[in-house]
Amino acid sequence: MSKQVYFNDVEAGSGIPALVKNPTTRQLVRWAGASGDFNEIHYDQDFARSTGLPGVIIHGRLKAAFLGQLMTNWAGAEGQLKKFSCSYKSMDAPGSPLTCKGKVARKYEKDGQGLVDCEIWIENAKGEKTTDGKATVMLPFRK
Amino acid sequence: MAEEWVENLKKAIGREGKPSQIHIESSMIRSFIDAIEDPNPLWQDEEYARKTPFKGTVVPPMMLVTSMLSGGGTRPELPPILLTRVLDGGGEWEFFAPIRVGDTLTITTKLRNIRETEGKLGKMLLLFFETTHKNQRGEVVARSQGTQISY
Repeated sequence: MSKQVYFNDVEAGSGIPALVKNPTTRQLVRWAGASGDFNEIHYDQDFARSTGLPGVIIHGRLKAAFLGQLMTNWAGAEGQLKKFSCSYKSMDAPGSPLTCKGKVARKYEKDGQGLVDCEIWIENAKGEKTTDGKATVMLPFRK
Repeated sequence: MAEEWVENLKKAIGREGKPSQIHIESSMIRSFIDAIEDPNPLWQDEEYARKTPFKGTVVPPMMLVTSMLSGGGTRPELPPILLTRVLDGGGEWEFFAPIRVGDTLTITTKLRNIRETEGKLGKMLLLFFETTHKNQRGEVVARSQGTQISY
């Protein structure tokens, strides 16, 4: 795991190291099993097309989990993910890389904890934002 | 719209589903972290995790975004929705306390509100759900909001 990030060292505008994912149809099947979402639009090509989709699409919640990983990676062993939200602007298909990105919006102290609000999003291979959201992480103070 | 089926749904606002109990097992964590490919040792390396403020491995908080913990599987029974296609309209999760393997979560979801709207998918009905996650000690470990788009 990379070095711990401290509350003292970030400020509004600080970037969060990007996380690249390469979703495959196999990953969508594993996600279906792990999450309990067995909607056929995620693994049955014919069914997906019959609903008007161009093909199978990635579960929204899998994209949420990717963005969550972006934040828990950044929070490190001494930080904690406190809040997370996202919405799905457009659909993504497996077979193409997704890049999870984020940046610090603001930082503040509350109840003795250092909290950092972040803007997070996913870009597809064309650089288009397909998913965006917010996260709040508690980061430790540098001693 | 003001159609009867929508009015019936409005009457269901506030309705809570039956609480479901889920025992958190290490195989669930394994499936989750393998599915998303997250090698963070906090979730699986006890020796590593013991040396952190968590004092032991914890359940990845994002495991709560799975359907079984905050999705369709926990929702209250509702009158029929005549827009039969469904999309996930996004969600919000707030994490109050770590969850550990061996915990039993009691999950209760209620329909908070509904809203009719129109967009690029045509006529849509948004359903707003709120889920409360409590552990075996009665502590609220998380709360989540989820939006279902029926179209």
